[in-house]
Amino acid sequence: MITGNIITDFCLLILFLPLLAFAINIFFGKRLPRQGDWVSVGSVLITLILSLSLLMNMFMNWDANFSYEAQFSWIDLGAFKVELGFWVDNITIVMLAVVALISSMTHIFSLEYMKGDIRYSRYYAYLGLFTFSMNGIVLANNLVSLYIFWELVGVSSYLLIAHWFEKHSAADAGKKAFLTNRVGDIGFFIGIMLIFTAIGSFNFQDVFAGVSQGMISGTLLTLAGVGLFMGAVGKSSQFPLHIWLPDAMEGPTPVSALMHAATMVAAGVYLTVRLFPLFSPEALTIIAYVGGFTALFAATIAITQNDIKKVLAYSTVSQLGYMILAVGVGNYVAALFHLLTHAMFKACLFYGSGSVIHAMHHSLHELHDHDTDPQDMRNMGGFKTKMPITHWTMVISTLAISGVPLFSGFLSKDAILAGSLAFAQHHPQHFLLPVFGFGAAAITAFYMFRLIFMTFHGEPKLPKVFEGIHESPKVMTFPLMLLAGLSFFIFYTLPYFNPISDHGWFTELIKAGDSVAPGNPTAHEIYDGVHHAHYPAMALSLLVAGLGIGLSYLMYMKHKFSAENWARKMGFLYKLSLNKYFFDENYNRFLYQPLLKLSRAVAYLDWDLYDKYFINGFGRVTNLLSKITGRIDYDGLDQILVDGVGRSVRRLGKQLKQVQTGRLQNYMLFALVGLIIILVIQTI
Amino acid sequence: MEDIIINNLDYPVLTVSTFLPLAGALIILFLKRGPFIKWFALATTVATFIVSLPIYKHFDKTTYKMQFVEIHSWIPAWNINYKVGVDGISILFIILVTILSILCVSVSWKAIQIKTKEFYISLLIMETAMIGIFLSLNVFLFYLFWELTLIPMFLLIGVWGGSQRIYAAVKFVLFMLAGSVLMLVGIIVLYYAGGKTFDILELAKVHYPTELQLWLFLAFFAAFAVKMPMFPIHTWLPDAHTEAPTAGSVILAGVLLKMGAYGFLRISFPMFPHAVKVLFIPLLILSVIAIIYGAYVTLMQKDMKRLIAYSSVSHMGFVTLGLFTLNQNGIEGGMLQMINHGVITGALFLCIGMIYERTHSRMIEDYGGLSKSVPVYIVFFTIFTLAAIGLPGMNAFVGEFLIISGAFKANMIIAAFSILGVVLGVCYMVWLYYRIALNEINTTTQASLFDLDSREIATLIPLVVLVLLIGLQPNILLSYMHVSVEHLLEQVHNSVQLESINAYDTINSIAGYIKALFKWV
Repeated sequence: MITGNIITDFCLLILFLPLLAFAINIFFGKRLPRQGDWVSVGSVLITLILSLSLLMNMFMNWDANFSYEAQFSWIDLGAFKVELGFWVDNITIVMLAVVALISSMTHIFSLEYMKGDIRYSRYYAYLGLFTFSMNGIVLANNLVSLYIFWELVGVSSYLLIAHWFEKHSAADAGKKAFLTNRVGDIGFFIGIMLIFTAIGSFNFQDVFAGVSQGMISGTLLTLAGVGLFMGAVGKSSQFPLHIWLPDAMEGPTPVSALMHAATMVAAGVYLTVRLFPLFSPEALTIIAYVGGFTALFAATIAITQNDIKKVLAYSTVSQLGYMILAVGVGNYVAALFHLLTHAMFKACLFYGSGSVIHAMHHSLHELHDHDTDPQDMRNMGGFKTKMPITHWTMVISTLAISGVPLFSGFLSKDAILAGSLAFAQHHPQHFLLPVFGFGAAAITAFYMFRLIFMTFHGEPKLPKVFEGIHESPKVMTFPLMLLAGLSFFIFYTLPYFNPISDHGWFTELIKAGDSVAPGNPTAHEIYDGVHHAHYPAMALSLLVAGLGIGLSYLMYMKHKFSAENWARKMGFLYKLSLNKYFFDENYNRFLYQPLLKLSRAVAYLDWDLYDKYFINGFGRVTNLLSKITGRIDYDGLDQILVDGVGRSVRRLGKQLKQVQTGRLQNYMLFALVGLIIILVIQTI
Repeated sequence: MEDIIINNLDYPVLTVSTFLPLAGALIILFLKRGPFIKWFALATTVATFIVSLPIYKHFDKTTYKMQFVEIHSWIPAWNINYKVGVDGISILFIILVTILSILCVSVSWKAIQIKTKEFYISLLIMETAMIGIFLSLNVFLFYLFWELTLIPMFLLIGVWGGSQRIYAAVKFVLFMLAGSVLMLVGIIVLYYAGGKTFDILELAKVHYPTELQLWLFLAFFAAFAVKMPMFPIHTWLPDAHTEAPTAGSVILAGVLLKMGAYGFLRISFPMFPHAVKVLFIPLLILSVIAIIYGAYVTLMQKDMKRLIAYSSVSHMGFVTLGLFTLNQNGIEGGMLQMINHGVITGALFLCIGMIYERTHSRMIEDYGGLSKSVPVYIVFFTIFTLAAIGLPGMNAFVGEFLIISGAFKANMIIAAFSILGVVLGVCYMVWLYYRIALNEINTTTQASLFDLDSREIATLIPLVVLVLLIGLQPNILLSYMHVSVEHLLEQVHNSVQLESINAYDTINSIAGYIKALFKWV
């Protein structure tokens, strides 16, 4: 039994071991044997063991209300305190296990995939930094820690996407991911501050208590909720900030599996789940619509993509939309459930695509062909015989994501669809939400099987390349097999064996809490609704999944319909989908370019107008003034007045000079005249 | 004299710290030209740093009173004393000055080739003036040091600067003088209004008439706002920063800009609380304009040094935003952010200076792929870039976080706008990083590039340590401030409650003052 301080110790170890690996590898990685990869792999395997023992402990306790909190002070201004800490409950434990598992698999998979990379040790260092930050998000017990690790995750994602930064597209994608995430974080930060200003604490429990006491309510609460959700929109790549995730596929494929499929992008979902109690009904409606729309919207893009990783990327966006939709309709346990199952099968799909790309790379490398795109599915076909393990594991995870019974995705997807259906039954005006959900389910089944058929079945498109294709080595197939195994229903329904009901350890141990925001239904009411909608939803979801798979089979296996013909017939829609609805172009034209123009204008205003004319104008005016005063002073005062005095004195002197003749007779005459005048005056 | 604690160490620690660099400068005056001079300058700055250390060791964090105070009669006829002391508001600036001065000598080691003797003399005089400002407890003395900074700075820019140095130096001095002339008028009025004393602590106890407060505030504001610089009197800054030698830029960004903010805290807030509260909203708005406007202008700069210079406008906007919130989060955040800005922007100027020394180009377009060509350099550059954008775990995050949380308490809408500035800050820094560090290697400057040597690494490491230390354990610095800031807030708020002055009053009183002005004219 693990309790109290030991949990704190475990959490600290889980948190800081990957950071230690990061520090060791970033400073000494290159000097260590094998460039230090064993340091990272070792540390992450230890965290896996620790996380699994916490998970075992959870099973042994079997306590749905388990909760543990530990914290220490970080900023202390007396009245204003920020405390960082852990909040460990069953949700945390499950998430820790997911992060540790997928992270370990990625570390192992990369041993072969990244072999010979020029920045091998740095790659492993960044993986450690990511694992540290992701665990930080999971463990956070307050909004500040959450935000701190949120940003750190963003940075490690940036560093890993731009790992091959010599490639222009990779450097671009990193920048795009970072900035797009930051846009979402504006809202996140405003939300945090609104809540803090109203309630005066960052701690989750205090915040929930504050909301239930009505310290923040009405529009302000909705605003705060939408703000916080904006963070999730950025990180979980929801519409309209979904643009960065497909580009992020420029990063190494194991990174895509770990961060851009299983864990980091799920952080947004985790955030909404954690903060679910404080969302107001209005905020939840917005959340539901954003999620539902994203689910359908991204699925329609995935249909036409030819890059194997791009298909998976849009599929991830779509699946994350599902989870967000589930939170929005109040069924957040289902969201978390789908997060868990999705992490397994989506990581498996990404490793599978990595395995295919790896094989393509080697084959092309041997042919000295540097022009053929190793990720384009139009260059593949028939790989089934050459790569049996990759093929079968990918088929299993595809069945899971399509929602076929006996597989994990069926259970979680069904719960989400039932939730949206129940929500629409209560609020008929929101009938669009289940339409989004079921529509996306049909399309998902279609494009995922399209991927399988195009890659593994049919005739090889490039026979020469096909010759060189080999199954990947064991370090790469092992994670594939493990995760494919975890895509079966049994691991999620234990101790029960009913493949069509999600009832199991997960639903028993992870209980939905009531919302504290006024106006929301209780967890019990939501659960009841979901329960009632369960069977209709299941029937419908089976139907749509069958439709999608069937259509895909006929189109890409049997070639009953020609995909090209359909594309031509629906030219406009096809183009929209292929070009991702022109989002990048429009953002560029309507947001990015105007921003640049605006800053250019402001810079021009500041420097070329304000400084040159106004500020330097002071100088010029002063110059002018001094010139004028100079002229007045010199021409006026000096030349006329001052010199004028001199001139008149001189003139006087000149005139008086004439009197001074030097002749004695004249002087005598003057003296005589003067004497006479004086005498005359005296006598009068 | 109950609000001061007389220096009880066995030597006058503040006076020694202040004038040791000046003494060093005087000795250098009589030394022969040669490499020995820079060693001597380095020794002087290190000695100053060491001499100032007891201040932190013996500083009493539990009191707001001035500590280590020294009083000597100076000009008795006008009641002018030589009075110095340190409290929680000024203490951190001392360590900032002393550390940055050491780094400034170190970074100039090879960069300054002409008139080295004069250069180090100017640098050391500058250090004395800067420390003096933060320690003065007498307005007259304060003004003296304030003006003393101009002369060495004028020389640093005008003699050792870039191609436009004369223009930049003249512009700098004219801007500064325009501001400080008004401050001089303010000081003289204050002298008579406050009972014929120049003592800062005495002057802060006087309740000045409301109208007089406003005029005095504006007079001092002129000097402080130019130094900060606040929008719209900021355009001296890009020129001065860009043209100054690296050491000059570091001092300008690291310390000179903070003198204005310190002036607000030491003089404006305690002496003119009513005026501050009347102008509370306009000042906040001005700060947010500086944040956003500065960020936009920064985005478009093509010259790295100019880019960092303009980013200072935005960052100092955050500082003023914090100060003018008039609450504890904001002011402590603002003060912390001043230190952070000194560290980070100082570091970025050092980084750019180092690369400029090699390639003689500051243009962004001349660089690319530095991650590959100079890997050690880029490690430091990455750290400082991340710090500048406010990554959690690094120092600027704590400052911005405190400021914004304070601003939300003061005014939610204004605070929400300031967050836009944070995002724009990420944009320009990430874009700069993307252009110079990532992508293919740029061949224009490739030939002359080589990685950092151990002197340069040693110059940057203290700043990395500060970035992480403040980021992870902000309490180390914040604990010095608490009591003094609380006392300051008491001084500001004890006369009138902030809430009682609403926007209507603000507009009304401003209109009243303008009317009064016309009558007076």
